[in-house]
Formats: sequence, structure tokens, C-alpha cells
Amino acid sequence: MAHEMNGRKFLLQGNEAMAEGAIAAGCRFFAGYPITPASEISERMSYRLPQVDGTFIQMEDEIASLGAVIGASLAGVKSMTATSGPGFSLMQENLGYACMTEVPCVVVNVMRGGPSTGLPTSPSQGDVLQARWGTHGDHPVIVLAVSSVSECFSITVTAFNLSEKYRVPVVMLSDEVVAHSRETYTIPSADSIEVVDRIIPNVPPEWYKPYEDNSRGVPPMAAMGDGYRHHITGLVHDAYGFPTEKQDEIETFLKRQFRKITNGFFEIQITKKINIEDAEIAVIAYGSVARSARRAVAMARAHGIKAGLVQLVTLFPFPKNSVVNVMRQCRAVLVPEMNMGQISREVKRVNTGLTEVSKYNRIDGQLITPLEIFEELQKL
Amino acid sequence: MFSGMTELRHKYLRHHKKFPHVWCPGCGNGIVLGAFIRAIERLELEKDEIVFAAGIGCSGRMPTYVDFNTLHTTHGRALTFATGIKLAKPSLHVIAVMGDGDAVAIGGNHFIHAARRNLDLTAIIINNQIYGMTGGQASPTTPYGAHSTTSAFSNIEHAFSIAELAVAAGASFVARGTVYHAAQLDKLIEKGISKNGFSVVEVMSNCHVQFGRRNKMSDPVTMLNWLKEHAVSKDNGSSLPPDSLDDKFTIGILADVDKPDYIEEYKKIRQKAKRD
Repeated sequence: MAHEMNGRKFLLQGNEAMAEGAIAAGCRFFAGYPITPASEISERMSYRLPQVDGTFIQMEDEIASLGAVIGASLAGVKSMTATSGPGFSLMQENLGYACMTEVPCVVVNVMRGGPSTGLPTSPSQGDVLQARWGTHGDHPVIVLAVSSVSECFSITVTAFNLSEKYRVPVVMLSDEVVAHSRETYTIPSADSIEVVDRIIPNVPPEWYKPYEDNSRGVPPMAAMGDGYRHHITGLVHDAYGFPTEKQDEIETFLKRQFRKITNGFFEIQITKKINIEDAEIAVIAYGSVARSARRAVAMARAHGIKAGLVQLVTLFPFPKNSVVNVMRQCRAVLVPEMNMGQISREVKRVNTGLTEVSKYNRIDGQLITPLEIFEELQKL
Repeated sequence: MFSGMTELRHKYLRHHKKFPHVWCPGCGNGIVLGAFIRAIERLELEKDEIVFAAGIGCSGRMPTYVDFNTLHTTHGRALTFATGIKLAKPSLHVIAVMGDGDAVAIGGNHFIHAARRNLDLTAIIINNQIYGMTGGQASPTTPYGAHSTTSAFSNIEHAFSIAELAVAAGASFVARGTVYHAAQLDKLIEKGISKNGFSVVEVMSNCHVQFGRRNKMSDPVTMLNWLKEHAVSKDNGSSLPPDSLDDKFTIGILADVDKPDYIEEYKKIRQKAKRD
């Protein structure tokens, strides 16, 4: 097998496209633990990473997987892990550590039915709010959702770029349908893929303060072993990285975590709008449901209904502006989800009497079909 | 030449930044840190090439005080972070320090798998037989019959022997020392760090505040004497009558085997993958 993938066409599964997207983004370390329906990401990484001088390791559990991923990132290597619901629950502790220490990494959760062991081979969107709030403590986080094989590649690149740029863990939510669907996909040429690397310090080591504020709120990050010896801890820390209990330092540090994400809303909050220009009603959807919604909107248009779609690629920070703009324009919006209404809560939260918000929910382990969404649109 | 301890303190401690330390007067952790620094000095390693990682607990604060690349991770997970660091940058010497609760209770799974995997890391496990920082709760190495804040009447569980566990799990190098035998300890740590493969140095230590007070050894000297009286050298142990060894533990090198470490093996995987 040729190791050069760029510019070539493949029949790829969503999970495989995620692995390729990660490698294209510069990921050279992956640690994981087997779990359905995410295992193909590990399998592909175990095969592909050694070809590009990267490292794959199968750890003893998901806790260890994210620990190793954070460690590799601290040593300067872009890193990723992938899991599903039960494993994602185990990762919450170290996810908070990555937030607290501002270590870039990408965590994929291929959602399956839950809670607990749930429905290992069925799709779900039940982990949306867990991705936002799963680890303890007040923290900002970036959560992205993918709806196709093509996005499994491209949004994985985006996930790495945002993670590197803002020094935050990025959670990518896929689901069993996207993960296991196969589509033909041409991997873009290397020079057409924008890859962002973390900023490294340009001061002498004795001047380096690893957690010093700046205008962006994102301090440069030195890799271990590059001469910038410093301390890293999950305790609240001062600009040097040492634990602190001083009130002014605590608040300054924690507020910077929020500020750096708020500053980046313009590029972090990604949505895709389809047929929105003249839409009177709209679907707000993400993940595989957005794929069905795309078809449902086309069906509605064929029946003379002026329907549109807002696909949320970024779920958190919640893309309030895009959603509010559509709600101002449309007399009704529909939020179909494979859960009992996790994003519809967010939509309702930002709806200050602008429009009517309906939801459509399935939690029977089946995907939501275009026909179902079309029928719901006819009722609006 | 081996420098005096004062010089070493000035060379390796972050003495302007992070002192006083959090440990109680008489704590064994300082003796372990001293032995670690002496080992590093003798190995002539550069500060920049050393990563010193810890989990949570009294031992977890140790990296704060020394001028290396230092990491205070989550409870029990130091070895998982160490694994990622070492694989990402194999030129680094990665040493993890853990406590008994940290390494073999909450981190027990990571510990045995790190030993099995044989990645070139060094684990220093300070075994004071108690959860010290949280206030003296029973740990997996609290002796049967001992008292703690969660076994006020008597501990009815049986203790792990950490070093023997490491041997069984496949570690390349396993040693046990004590904070009483401080001169031996730095040599064991030195050998552990130089060993190519996963190495474990268990250090029997004293927590007179949380363990000793509840078990009739409320001062450090009594506890150090207890360590002295209960430690049997690996080389002498077999000549003593078996009955006399019942409540004793062995000190010295318990295992030293040569097998390819993970990074050497992974280099071969990369070559195979590129040929495929």
C-alpha cells in the first residue's frame, strides 16, 4: 500500500476518514482502547501511524488512553484518542486535566445508545451535554459534530487546528451511522489542507512563563525537553504553573480560560446553511440527522414548502448568532435529535420569543429518516 | 565526583520558588527526594532531559520542588502520562513517583500494564502504608490488623507486596529499599533509571503522623527503627529461619532481566509498516 494518500480516491468509512483527517492535520500519536462503534479509528491508526513515523499504542483502558494522549501532546506531538459512550465517561477526569493545563488534544466520541452499555451497535446523540459538561468544574470546551465521511476528514482537521490554536481539548461527536457509512472520498492534496500548529515560545527559557496572559489569552506552549523546564499541574496555578490559592490569581486564571474561547467565537462557531435565504421554516440539526434533514428540506422544497437547514458543526460554544438569525427569519424551527432534546434546550434558551421551536426525538436506536423530518416539516 | 548534599540542593531544588514544602516534619518523602537527586547527579543527566511526573497525594507534590520538566497529573495516572511523553520523545528520561494508594489502588491497572508493556520508564513508589494527605485512611498496603481512620477497629484486608507484584507483572527491574537505608536507596534508584525497560523501586517509608500515631509508632524515629528491624536484605534472607521472616520484607534488587523495550520493538513495527 502506498503511504501517500493525498489526491487519491477511496471508499472510506467515517471512522477511517477520521483517522486520515487526523494524520493530514499532523496527528502523530494515538492511544486508544477497543470499543464499538469506534474501534476502526484505532485499527486504522495502528496501521497508518507507523507508516508516517507516528506512534500508536493500545492502552489498558480509556483513562490511560487520554492520559497518554495528554502526555504525548506535552512532549510536542499532536495527539488523539477515540472512544464511545462508556469510554467517554471514563475519560472525563483527564479531559478536565487537559482543560486545566491547556493541553491541545482531540477526543472522538462515536455516540451509541446509552446510558450504560446501552446499544453498542446503534446510533444515538445522547452524549451531547456530557461532551459539554461531563468533566467536573466550570470550564469552556469546544464540541464539534460530523455528519458525513467528507466531514469526518475535514472537521477532524478543523478540530486539531482549533485545539492547537486555543490550547483546549476538542471533543468530536460522531455517531454509529456516520462512523460505519461508506462513501467515496478523495483525500485533498496536502497543500490544500490548512494545518495550524501551536505557538511555541520565542523568549529565552529564563523569561518563559507558561501560563502568562496575553491579548489572545492563549500562552505559547513549550514542549517538554526543549529547554523550557516548568511545572504542570491540575491544581489551579499561577503564571509560572505553580499551585496557587491566591484569590486574584485563581479568578484571573479561570476567567482567561473562558475569554480565550469567547475571543474566538468568530471562527470556532461553525454552521452550514442550506436553502436558508428565503426559508420560512428551518431545521436545526447536527450529525447524521443533519444528513437526513438535508434530504427532507429538498423534499419539502419539491412540495412548495420554503424550508431551510442550519447544520450545527460546532455544538459548543453554542453558535447562538447563527441560530438566532434563522429564528428571526423563520416562523418555526424544528430540532430533530436522537435524544430527548439536548440541543433543542439550547435552541429554546436563545429563543427570546422570536419563533416557535418544535422538537422531534427518537431514542429507539434507529436513525431519523428524511421522510420523518419531511412529515414534521409539513406540520409546521 | 559526588557533591555534598547542600550543593545538590542548590543545584536541583526550586528553592527560590516553591518552599516551604507541604510535608510534615520527619516525613520520609524528603529522604526519597534526596536519594533521587543523588542518583540523577551520579548519572550525569541534563535537567532538560528529565521528566519527573507524579500522581496525587503527598508524593504528588514532589515534582513541584525540583528543577526538571515536572508534571503533577491525576490520581493514579502518572504512568499513563509518562507513557505518552516517553513515546512522543524517547530521548527523555521519564520518572514517575507515586504513593501506595496512587500506584496500586486507583492506579493499579496502569501499574501492572506498564510493567507488562516494558516501556523504558522508572516508577518510584513510596509505600507508607496509608493515605497520608487525605487523613490516614487504609490503603492497599496497610497491614492486616492495623488501625486507620477507615479501619478504626482493625484492618481486615490483606496488603499488596508492591515489588513482588511488579516482578509478577513482568517489570525488567524491580528493587525495594527503605528510607532508613538511604545510602542504598540512591543506588537502587540510579540502577532503575539506567535500566532499559520498565523499572520499579519501591521505597518503604514512614508516615508517623497518619499511620504511626494510630499504630503505636507516633514519632519518626520509632518508625525508622521499625523499618530497620523489619527489612531483610535479599542476600541474607534465605539463610534466616523461615519463621523469623513472617512479618519481614525483602530489600535489595528483586528482579533484573533483559528484554527488548517497547520503543525498540516499535521501531521494528515502523519498518514493517513502511514496507507493507
